[in-house]
Amino acid sequence: MGANLQVRALSKAFDNTVAVDDVSLDVSPGEFLSLLGPSGCGKTTTLRLIAGLERADDGEIVIDGREVTNVPPQRRMLGMVFQQYALFPNLTAYENIAFALRVRRQSKSEVARRVGELLAVVHLEDAAGRYPHQLSGGMQQRVALARALAAEPPLLLLDEPLSALDAAIRDELRTELRRLQRQLELTVIYVTHDQAEAMAISDRIVVMDRGTVNQIGSPQELYDRPATRFSASFIGASNRRLTTVELVDGEPTISWGTARLPVTPNGAVNPGSTVLAVWRPEAAAVSALLPESAVTAAMPSALRGRIELVTFLGPITRLDVRVDGDDEPVLVDLVSAAAAHLEAGQVITVTVPPDAIRIYT
Amino acid sequence: MASILSPTTSGYSPRRKSRFSRYVIFGLLVAATLFYLAPVYVMVINGLKDKSYMTLAGMWNLPRDLGGGGFPVAWEVLSPNIWASLRMVIPAAILSSLLGAVNGYLLSKWKFRGSDIIFTLILFGMFIPYQAILIPLIRTLDLVGLYGSWKGLVMVHVIYGIPIASLIFRNYFTNVPSELVEAARIDGAGLIQTFFQIMLPLSLPAFVVVGIFQFTNIWNDFLFGVTVVFSPADQPVTVALNNLNGTNSVDWTVVMAAAVLSALPTALVYIFLGRFFIRGLLAGSMKG
Repeated sequence: MGANLQVRALSKAFDNTVAVDDVSLDVSPGEFLSLLGPSGCGKTTTLRLIAGLERADDGEIVIDGREVTNVPPQRRMLGMVFQQYALFPNLTAYENIAFALRVRRQSKSEVARRVGELLAVVHLEDAAGRYPHQLSGGMQQRVALARALAAEPPLLLLDEPLSALDAAIRDELRTELRRLQRQLELTVIYVTHDQAEAMAISDRIVVMDRGTVNQIGSPQELYDRPATRFSASFIGASNRRLTTVELVDGEPTISWGTARLPVTPNGAVNPGSTVLAVWRPEAAAVSALLPESAVTAAMPSALRGRIELVTFLGPITRLDVRVDGDDEPVLVDLVSAAAAHLEAGQVITVTVPPDAIRIYT
Repeated sequence: MASILSPTTSGYSPRRKSRFSRYVIFGLLVAATLFYLAPVYVMVINGLKDKSYMTLAGMWNLPRDLGGGGFPVAWEVLSPNIWASLRMVIPAAILSSLLGAVNGYLLSKWKFRGSDIIFTLILFGMFIPYQAILIPLIRTLDLVGLYGSWKGLVMVHVIYGIPIASLIFRNYFTNVPSELVEAARIDGAGLIQTFFQIMLPLSLPAFVVVGIFQFTNIWNDFLFGVTVVFSPADQPVTVALNNLNGTNSVDWTVVMAAAVLSALPTALVYIFLGRFFIRGLLAGSMKG
């Protein structure tokens, strides 16, 4: 069973640069939690603090009720997979996996049993005798994962473990990692800057920015209801504009190009104030397809524009639409079947449901 | 116009010029090699000569017969001291390498407050001339009961070797990814286990470099050998070689043969391990 992890008001600075600032987390046993954010946001430092590889300036770390803030990493009972695998080059795959067990002075038979089991789990039975330089990147990462699991740690830390791999192997290993985590009921803290990866693999995601926690939530929550401007910008594709809120017939609206779109703000917004309006490409509907000559009447509650680019992405097709009076094209994602007859140069109207537009003050 | 520019008609040929400069370079290299090997040549051929053919005017001439010259006598005189040198050099080189490895490991991978100052102080030892510390050295050896013994000489060389060995190992370990140490710690290994199970096996190239360096340095030392050890049989070969220079007459064939014999171990070490030495010096200077 996985461990319970509590991080309370954790802070760490390097010289005068604050890397982690008052970070608090509560991770349930068996949960897969991702730390997501751009480079330099403090996600790896947070992970290293949890691992004990960095010493916290402030705050505390509690694993299964035991305060470990100042406990050295070798006594925290956790596993870790590094970005560059960090396999011991002088040891074979077998010996790498056996390392943690031998350090703990387990019997030869127990080491052999456990290593055999792990080699089977990561499908590397035939590579046991090979040295790291004789293994492919994907195989090395599997060995690193098996090594991290060898001592059966209740908490597994992964620092961008898939970032150095090809896309196909990355997808395969990601699925395998998730399967293993569920099977072993491990608590996993996973650091990544790849939001698609975090979405695909996590129970919850912690969005980090400049050393602080920006938002914590399930992938669905973060995608549908990003709480901050940063989360809204960082997660998923979106159309974003700085605009002003005005009341029309008592209803709040925002201007977007020459159109005025009705919105339902998620909080109190003062008329006339500048806000960031964000909507997802798939939230819009191409509600009318009109020949250019037919577009005459003003349609203030919908965006009207010309398709600049049609990009086929398999199940969906992405349109880049130059909206009247707007400087940048907006993105609209349609199911490919529905977009089959669209082509660049066509003029269309794009309707965005008011509740699909999120407003950030 | 074409004939002016044509390399064939003008006599100008880049290929011919390149070949010419190559001959010049090779010529210079051969001359330099001969210059450096000349003393070795003189030592070997005069060591092989019979005493009666040994003259200053004929020192470049080859021996008339191959009877062994001064080598049998030189071996008889020097062999106890060659063994004494080996008995002293091997443990001193191994111990100073090991201590240097431990220092290098701690100073590069387990940094602590003040570790850089300690490293600077250790390096300072490299720049202290032997002569400057002779009196306190002998006082200290006397204090610990090792003055006059070859074991004291081992201790002196171990301590004097620590700075350079620490420097080489520290630079080597700095280039070993810290993630390896971190991974070992996460897996439950402490400082000592990580050193012996991971870092030590990885540091073979550094060991070769430090080993050769120390072996050569300690073997060639004369000053500590002559001041620390009393017994002629326990003194290193460099001291014994010097003692061949008698007060009345000198048998130069024996002296030359003895010089060859005393230089042989370091030459052999370099001949057989030299490629590892170069490789070890380069290790860590390049990634990939």
